[in-house]
Amino acid sequence: MSKPKIAIYWCASCGGCEEAVVDLAEGILGLVEAVDIVFWPVAMDFKKSDVAALPDKGLAATLLNGAIRTSEQEEMAHLLRRKSQYLIAYGACACSGGIPGLANLYSREQVLRYVYEDAPSVANESKTRPQLEFRDDGQTLELPEIRNVVRSLDQVVDVDYYIPGCPPTPRITQAAIDALLSGKLPAKGSVLAPDLALCSECPRRDTKPADLSFAHFSRPHEIMLDPAKCMLAQGVVCMGPATRAGCEAVCPAGNMPCTGCFGPTSRVRDQGAKMLSSLCANIAAKDDADIDRVLDGIPDPVGTFYRYGLPESLLRRKADLATPAGTSAP
Amino acid sequence: MNPATQEVWNEAQKRAVAAAHAERRRVTIDPITRLEGHGKIDILLDGAGDVEHAYLQIPELRGFEVFSLGRPAEDMPQITSRICGVCPTAHHMAATKALDDLYQVEPTPTARKIRELVYNAFVFEDHALHVYILGGPDFIVGPQAPAAERNIVGVIGKVGVEVAKQVIAMRRRVRELISYFGGKVIHPVLGLPGGVAKGLNPADLPKFKQLAKEALDFALFTNQVFHDLVLKNPDYVNLITSDTFTHRTCYMGLVDSANKMNFYDGQIRVVDAKGKEYAKFAAQRYREFVAEHVEPWSYMKFCYIKPLGWQGFTEGPKSSVYAVAPLARLNAADGMATPCAQRACDEFFSTLGGKPVHHTLANHWARVVEIIQAAETMVALLDDPGITGTDIRTIPSKKPTVGVGVVEAPRGTLFHHYETDERGLITKANLIVATQNNAARIAMSVEKAAKGLIKKRNVSEGLLNMVEMAFRAYDPCFGCATHSLPGHLPLRVNIYGEDRRLVRQLVQE
Repeated sequence: MSKPKIAIYWCASCGGCEEAVVDLAEGILGLVEAVDIVFWPVAMDFKKSDVAALPDKGLAATLLNGAIRTSEQEEMAHLLRRKSQYLIAYGACACSGGIPGLANLYSREQVLRYVYEDAPSVANESKTRPQLEFRDDGQTLELPEIRNVVRSLDQVVDVDYYIPGCPPTPRITQAAIDALLSGKLPAKGSVLAPDLALCSECPRRDTKPADLSFAHFSRPHEIMLDPAKCMLAQGVVCMGPATRAGCEAVCPAGNMPCTGCFGPTSRVRDQGAKMLSSLCANIAAKDDADIDRVLDGIPDPVGTFYRYGLPESLLRRKADLATPAGTSAP
Repeated sequence: MNPATQEVWNEAQKRAVAAAHAERRRVTIDPITRLEGHGKIDILLDGAGDVEHAYLQIPELRGFEVFSLGRPAEDMPQITSRICGVCPTAHHMAATKALDDLYQVEPTPTARKIRELVYNAFVFEDHALHVYILGGPDFIVGPQAPAAERNIVGVIGKVGVEVAKQVIAMRRRVRELISYFGGKVIHPVLGLPGGVAKGLNPADLPKFKQLAKEALDFALFTNQVFHDLVLKNPDYVNLITSDTFTHRTCYMGLVDSANKMNFYDGQIRVVDAKGKEYAKFAAQRYREFVAEHVEPWSYMKFCYIKPLGWQGFTEGPKSSVYAVAPLARLNAADGMATPCAQRACDEFFSTLGGKPVHHTLANHWARVVEIIQAAETMVALLDDPGITGTDIRTIPSKKPTVGVGVVEAPRGTLFHHYETDERGLITKANLIVATQNNAARIAMSVEKAAKGLIKKRNVSEGLLNMVEMAFRAYDPCFGCATHSLPGHLPLRVNIYGEDRRLVRQLVQE
């Protein structure tokens, strides 16, 4: 019997998810034994046309990492959707947009102008910019097309399962692969990680007060962080209560707060709103001026509460995105 | 998301793009994502069928500087690490050092040692990845070997399964050391202005000491492998020193107070094409010496030595093009900071004809020399009683304004520059990533390789690999797209005749 065929593909991502697969280390030898990896551009020599030639659903599964930004990524997402029995969003960017999704706070013209004209080390008096088409003596060189906003994978195609994390840990990855190979899969649309808040597996959980009360918030660089005490009890914003478990609380183990890369549990639609409401409900101050003073300790709510999930959140992007005349960006 | 909403979303995207097309015939593309799956090379031939121009186009797009605006500075080490998941620790550390500078706070002695330990461990494992898996196959398996063997599997065949297992296990264990301090190895969290978040428990010291010792053995073993497989083969040595892979340019790298090579800290030193010191400066002065040039045909900006002016893609005494990364670091320093690495370095220069060495492919050997220094530094830091100190942070007390942090990433000098308001929220960020420093020289290498290989419309079958080799030696990080594990990189080469019609297309995806 032939081995199940698997594809691994990347879109707008940093390569960390690819490294996460490599970080299965000795475990990757077992993976290679159990499946045929037929498409993995970062690691193996196969062509897009090989995938296109497969029968529909010819791939047992595709692990796709990265957010969707370019036309090419969109095409690949559609192609791999068609060819895969299971399409799996692998990592925070594919699941919810990830850190590159913070770009939805700015227009592309802002980005272009800064990078090619205003950045302090640029020397570009003629205001040259990279062109979609560049002509050299009758020959045209082309650069790829980029969309207006960053999207999560399920905003483009139907997704069967999600493996969260920035990046997913080897343990979560191994467990998901085992579930896939044994056919013991939960309901479609499930996130393949424990459906519990991170606090449940945090070594500091016993020091989390039953009733939190915030007189002020501290930023991590402002105080000496107690390595054993709940971050929230220290007045430091920790996304643990609004974040799914599964990473084994690696950031708190590094004595830093959780920043929410595993996304919310199934009971929460919007991770940032959940965290914001639970923090605000526990602010000790009662009048507006005092509340404002407490909230000064969180100077960047969007970057704090939506660091990995802006495109997938209820906010999605900044409403007043500047667009070129005559266009209507979605 | 339900299918109906998806449909609306997709449709709206299409309309917006179509509208943008209608508005401007030539649409410029915004640098918001970093990745596109291909490096593309376009080669234009003249009337005789020889190469007139070769363009290496990089869809390298960084919106990071813009969406960093408004973020708290202390989040930058974690945000910017997402520029690259292969070298997150380099961005993390450059950002952390920029925070020290921003808040005018010195890390405590123990914190500095921990940072250096983590950083050298990172350089070690990242270089090992390149030597054995990314670039190494060109030499360990051989440049003429069939493509199907020029990968990790071929390397295993050549060095043996036991060695391969040792490589995997060594990388895993060294990465566990990084996780110990950083919480996780991909996108670590240890860096804060004035120190690190977590110290070393003395109970854990013995196992890390043992690991460092084994890492040094492994580094010396790697040096031996390189000797046996590469240096004993005159064909390889001839290839390394051949003109096709040689460029006379300037070089840049960090040096310590004795002008010895340093990955973590020091002054930035630039030597000219003759190896003479041209400049030495602190990170904060980088804008006096480094500028970025823009070309319309690539998203990559091309760095050059600013006082020399942009002289185009040229080499020789007039060139303002410079290189970074292992070879450049060895050229820019007066030697290595550790004894075994110094011996390896001496042999490097005596074999290749003295300083400076201009052979791009010598980067592979320089990388091996650097692995030795990284391992020796790990040993020395873990032997230092200060490494288990408990004073790991100095809390900043000054108002933040401007901060610049520079490290030597495995792929070269990496600059992070932030400006903030008085609450420490980013108002300006400028990042010059390692590969960008090399961009002009890489473009030149590709063109030179193409010119050397294509004559009278004759396209050598080895073209793809030789062109790949020309820039794989830099271990380039074009949005990580080129970190192709078995020594392959998604690449498309278009060759156009003098009438500018497509003569031939070679594709490797």
